[in-house]
Amino acid sequence: MNIIVCIKQVPNTTDVKIDPVTNTLIRDGVESVINPFDTYAIEEAVRLKERFGGKVTVITMGPPQAENALKEAIGLGCDEAILVSDRKFAGSDTWATSYTLSSAIRKVGLYDVIICGKQASDGDTAQVGPGISTHLDIPQVTYVKKIEEITGNKAKVERMTEEGYDIVETPLPCLFTVVKEINTPRLPSLKGMMKAKSAKITKWTADDIKADARSVGLDGSPTRVVKIFTPQPRKGGEILKGDTMDIAKELVELLKDVVI
Amino acid sequence: MDYLLTEQQVMIRDLARKVAREKIKPIAAKYDETEEFAWDIVKVLVDSDLFGVYIPEAYGGFGGGVVDMCLVAEELSRACGGIALGFAGTGLGTFPIILYGSEEQKKKYLPAIAKGRVAAFCITEAEAGSDAGSIRTNARKEGDHYILNGTKQWITNAGEAEVYTVIAMTDKTKGARGASAFIVEKGMKGIDFGAKEKKLGIRASATREVIFTDCKVPKENLISKEGMGFIVAMKTFDNSRPGVAAQALGIAQGALDLAVEYARKRIQFGQPISSFQAIQHMMADMATQIEAARALVYATARMVDSGAKSVAKESAMAKMFASDVAMKVTVDAIQIFGGYGYMRDYPIEKYMRDAKITQIYEGTNQIQRNVIAANLIKESLKGE
Repeated sequence: MNIIVCIKQVPNTTDVKIDPVTNTLIRDGVESVINPFDTYAIEEAVRLKERFGGKVTVITMGPPQAENALKEAIGLGCDEAILVSDRKFAGSDTWATSYTLSSAIRKVGLYDVIICGKQASDGDTAQVGPGISTHLDIPQVTYVKKIEEITGNKAKVERMTEEGYDIVETPLPCLFTVVKEINTPRLPSLKGMMKAKSAKITKWTADDIKADARSVGLDGSPTRVVKIFTPQPRKGGEILKGDTMDIAKELVELLKDVVI
Repeated sequence: MDYLLTEQQVMIRDLARKVAREKIKPIAAKYDETEEFAWDIVKVLVDSDLFGVYIPEAYGGFGGGVVDMCLVAEELSRACGGIALGFAGTGLGTFPIILYGSEEQKKKYLPAIAKGRVAAFCITEAEAGSDAGSIRTNARKEGDHYILNGTKQWITNAGEAEVYTVIAMTDKTKGARGASAFIVEKGMKGIDFGAKEKKLGIRASATREVIFTDCKVPKENLISKEGMGFIVAMKTFDNSRPGVAAQALGIAQGALDLAVEYARKRIQFGQPISSFQAIQHMMADMATQIEAARALVYATARMVDSGAKSVAKESAMAKMFASDVAMKVTVDAIQIFGGYGYMRDYPIEKYMRDAKITQIYEGTNQIQRNVIAANLIKESLKGE
């Protein structure tokens, strides 16, 4: 089975600061790590390899230092790593990013399953995974919490919903985005880390993946970030006091006023 | 302080630190309470290749030395000195095979141990503690086997371990020269275990009696030759004592980490107690003692790895000094916590309970001082 995992390098903090002028993340002085949700994707891919055999290829689009994230993924059990990196990709939104990653995946060629984390901890859009499947014109199942079985070219998975879960059967190839309930990622091993240290990372540019220049980077991105701001904290509610009957009447009047 | 560790050693230390923080720290209190053996942590250590870090690569390990073993023991002990002993006690049981085992014995046992078969070393008996010469467990040769009889006491990892290296007398008339070392497997007929001991500290570590009743051990399981038992044991201790020292060091460091964190957060008289000089001086002393212990432990471990002929004195110094530091630092750490430190709801008192054993086992600190003094006198006689 050929498995592809798409990962992203993100700042290692939940307390990200926004540059008020450019409206982008301030990354200076913040250590970069693999997006926490992607670690579940890596683990699931490695587990699929252990169950069914095959190969795990990990791909990221990012600046040259994203190579570190790929090496870490190799230490965790991925077999091959591809860094898609080009100045032309700067300013990509989720649409351009998913186009770029799908172009890289096309170049990889054979694949049965693509796994992504459900979202990145910095942007939180959860759009890149579904975007990739759309560009590749293959089915997608999001919020997967369990891959029950894979037989022939079909997979049966559990998809988390707010009330419970759906059991979805899908033909392969298919793209899954996974939630943290799916597994507990392993720690790296010493032998894996030694392998990662000497691992060769394949590097592809926009030309290598035959990406259309108008579809990548800022030009290929329909999204415009106008403003990012911290919303005002919600005010506390009003607590009614007194006799129960009086409170009930008062409450009804108040609810009428806010027109629910 | 920078100890000029190699890139690989930094990697080992950082991974062990990660395991300790993410996997051991959250469960340390639970295992201290239930006194269960932390098999789930053994699995994590095996999967991350740390469990066999000191076992040669040719036999399925990572090929590190005593320094690497110490780095792992230290980091794991920062989170729990008891759980760390599943790893370090296995090291003690494994060194006789690494140091004196035949090729066949190494091939048979070392890869299994690297994969998580826990090991144990059996020397102590009821009447033979510091006076190891008084061992009564005997091994009688009968054809292709040795028949072992006797009872070993307070054996770390006993009952959980699959591989036991046992010191038994093959010729009582020869005294210390009549002892031999054997490898006994858990499944062999005639090996039994006593009830789990209830201990002051390191409660996640299993301690039991190992009872041999006409236990039939194939003669291939004799380590080295008959009569080599004490040499095997002493050389094993030379290699393993830095590990105990590292365990003590880790316990001390873990206690200091908690004490500093607490002192920063605890407000009295309107300010954190870390702003008071009385607390600051305690913390400064603790940190300095720990750093001195670390320097001694690492230097000794490096000396062992360099293949130095005699490391008995240095090993004894490292074990004695680091464990005395651990005891002092953990007591002071509780003092910084004040009344909260005395409460079992807080993690710090456990460090003091765990620290105490490091002054006692693998040779009491009084015996270590004897060893150090004996070496001093010997060196002086030789005019060194």
